[in-house]
Amino acid sequence: MDLSFSKEDLAFRDEVREFLATSLPDDVKERFDRGLHATKEGQVRWQKILNEKGWLAPNWPKEYGGTGWTVTQKYIAAHEFGHASAPIALPFGVSMVGPVIYTFGNQEQKDYYLPRILNSDDWWCQGYSEPGSGSDLASLQTKAVRDGDDYIVNGQKIWTTFAQNADMIFCLVRTDSSVKQQEGISFLLIDMKTPGITVKPIIGLDKEHSLNEVFFEDVRVPVKNRIGEENKGWTYAKFLLGNERNGIARVARSKRQVERLHVIAKTERSGGRPLAEDPDFMNKLNRIEVDLMALEYTELRYLSMMSHGKNLSAEPSVLKIKGTEIQQRLTSLLVESLGMYGAPYEAEQNYEGRNEAQVGPDYGFGPMAEHLYLRAATIYGGSNEIQRNIISKMVLGL
Amino acid sequence: MDFELSDEQNLLKDSVERFVKDNYSAEARAKLSETETGFSRNHWKKMAELGWLGLPFSEEVGGFGGTAVETMIMMESMGRGLVLEPFLTTVVMGGGLVAEAGNDTQIEAIIPAVIEGELMLAFAYAEPQSRFDLNDVETTAKKSGDGYVLNGHKSVVYHATTADKIIVSARTGGSSRDEDGISLFIVDNNTAGLSRRDYRTIDGQRAADVTLDNVKVGSDALLGSEGKAYPVIEKIVDRAIAALCAEAVGAMQAAIEITNGYLKERKQFGAPIGKFQVLQHRMVDMYMEAEQSKSMSDMVAMKLGLDDVQDRRRSVAAAKAKIGQGAKFVGEQAVQLHGGMGMTDEYSIGHYFKRLMTIEMLLGNTDYHFKRYAALA
Ligand SMILES: Cc1cc2nc3c(=O)[nH]c(=O)nc-3n(C[C@H](O)[C@H](O)[C@H](O)COP(=O)(O)OP(=O)(O)OC[C@H]3O[C@@H](n4cnc5c(N)ncnc54)[C@H](O)[C@@H]3O)c2cc1C
Repeated sequence: MDLSFSKEDLAFRDEVREFLATSLPDDVKERFDRGLHATKEGQVRWQKILNEKGWLAPNWPKEYGGTGWTVTQKYIAAHEFGHASAPIALPFGVSMVGPVIYTFGNQEQKDYYLPRILNSDDWWCQGYSEPGSGSDLASLQTKAVRDGDDYIVNGQKIWTTFAQNADMIFCLVRTDSSVKQQEGISFLLIDMKTPGITVKPIIGLDKEHSLNEVFFEDVRVPVKNRIGEENKGWTYAKFLLGNERNGIARVARSKRQVERLHVIAKTERSGGRPLAEDPDFMNKLNRIEVDLMALEYTELRYLSMMSHGKNLSAEPSVLKIKGTEIQQRLTSLLVESLGMYGAPYEAEQNYEGRNEAQVGPDYGFGPMAEHLYLRAATIYGGSNEIQRNIISKMVLGL
Repeated sequence: MDFELSDEQNLLKDSVERFVKDNYSAEARAKLSETETGFSRNHWKKMAELGWLGLPFSEEVGGFGGTAVETMIMMESMGRGLVLEPFLTTVVMGGGLVAEAGNDTQIEAIIPAVIEGELMLAFAYAEPQSRFDLNDVETTAKKSGDGYVLNGHKSVVYHATTADKIIVSARTGGSSRDEDGISLFIVDNNTAGLSRRDYRTIDGQRAADVTLDNVKVGSDALLGSEGKAYPVIEKIVDRAIAALCAEAVGAMQAAIEITNGYLKERKQFGAPIGKFQVLQHRMVDMYMEAEQSKSMSDMVAMKLGLDDVQDRRRSVAAAKAKIGQGAKFVGEQAVQLHGGMGMTDEYSIGHYFKRLMTIEMLLGNTDYHFKRYAALA
């Protein structure tokens, strides 16, 4: 057991800091720090910078373009990225479909898709959920019927994040309805430009557009776009969900939120004194900080276990539940810190073309948008209720 | 002791509930909230015709002599449909201040017009530095000739966007956090030197930041006696808090009904999700918050009619602190139990969540009222 950083680790930390200080575009940093969704252009621009440095996909094996970082280095990088409000790659390509492709894909798929992911040539989206199949994902109904060298896909996906930007969608589809639900699912990679695909926006309660419905009407998908075996898609899907849960704790971002709260609390006033001197407010902040520390060390402990070859079962669900609860408490406190200036709110799209200053303090622009969006953090990636079910079943055997 | 409504009060409740049912479907509200004013002047007229706008005023000032209980009944029923019309700002706050502190001329000029739905009011009390402290007033009113000159910045003034007159708290004496030395002024919204930055709020309503730059008003604009407005402000704001509490109760109850309906309908894993025990218990927790909130809201409505000022203040603080927490919990969990559906603008539950969250913040958040409660011990 040892928590200290080696000399090499410290040198690495300086390298990351230096890189972020010189290479992270201000506009990308600002949006991320405020908690606003990245623009497609900004995200792609930044991902290309990261890729040039070789740092886009730290979790990939080195042979496919990963960094080969140690657990400690990954931790250091995540911490520095969070502190600098540097976005990491969007999860859909790098963290979700990428590992599925290099783990279960064939050589041709690896050769074609992996470099395109690293180079941000394809914006990926996730076609899992359907109107009737959310928590009960295995009941999905979107059908793929074999026709020569193609599948013909019919059905609907929903809640598809950033499908409006996407070039590719990875989809779970039903290829056999006669067997147990989990045994009739296949995993397809579908070009969003294929005829028969329609994307319809869903406006969120934050009045922003990140969610979509995606409709498939007689969409022809080449059989070579299938990952692995037909009807084995559930295995790949679950592998992906496991990875999704890993990144979802967002410890580094939450640490940055704590920093922002301390800054705001020095400026805002309560009872005629700085909010930073209000014991009720600071007590809440301190409690979150301690919980965040417990989360961070839990994550590190799990990472250490994995790096020693130990297998985890449902432990990552602990990170998902606690991480998202902390994210929500933080944005809730950010909104609270603003006092009445939490109330003014207009969707960003309404601001386009306007040049008015922010109502209230500058740091008041962002927290509410993020607070509203992150209500979903306890819903997406497998809801927290479902995560608790998983822990109680897999770890506790109840 | 009696928590039951009278026959007459039951009629009022029915009639407001009918209005909400007829006019405030989720779609109708969404549409209304997107219009320029963010509410309907036709609805406002209708409310005047039904006598609702005059109900909280005493017969002496031309009202229909209702009490805080009638206001509670109306606000609770309006909360069920997230009604957007400015009843709280115009009638409870603006009208309340004029009826409480106004001279005969002011009352005659304003109250009948409010009751008839012809005049709208807003109350500008908050400032960028004040957070929720009503005594933290840096806006100044300097005597000048026969009148006053006002300078300052008022924050997040709900419905200043459509008000004909804005009642402004300003300092005529004392230093920035003194209770003494605060005065109220009735300022026409189109007075020279008054400028507004209008915007939407998270709960689908409208508000503005109001800047007063050498705004000249006559001595007839002074509402109540100079420098002595603080107790009046506190009293009317306490009434407004009680009204907000009632609105929260209605909104919580509706959010719970909507969510309950959804849990019975939505199927996953081959069963209505309401069959999952963890969700049943969550619903029960939400229900219990609404029950306790209803009790606190009723209690406070009755206490407003009593003369014990200290008891009134403490009860209002307790009610707001308790209901603020309940409102937040119910709103958040209602979204959670809807899954993705709860995150959409189209479906109604998110709007309940947002209004409940705003109520928690308006006129002092939970922390503020716990502090107030403790300080009043
Ligand atoms: C912002 C956002 C982004 C998303 N992005 C994507 C995306 O890019 N791609 C994609 O495929 N999907 C995406 N999703 C969908 C997400 O995965 C689903 O919303 C989630 O799986 C829940 O499904 P549901 O919405 O159908 O809710 P339901 O499954 O209907 O759940 C409703 C409620 O019931 C509870 N519940 C359900 N079953 C049980 C049970 N057995 N025990 C206890 N409680 C239960 C849930 O926890 C929830 O509270 C996104 C969702 C959101 C909100």
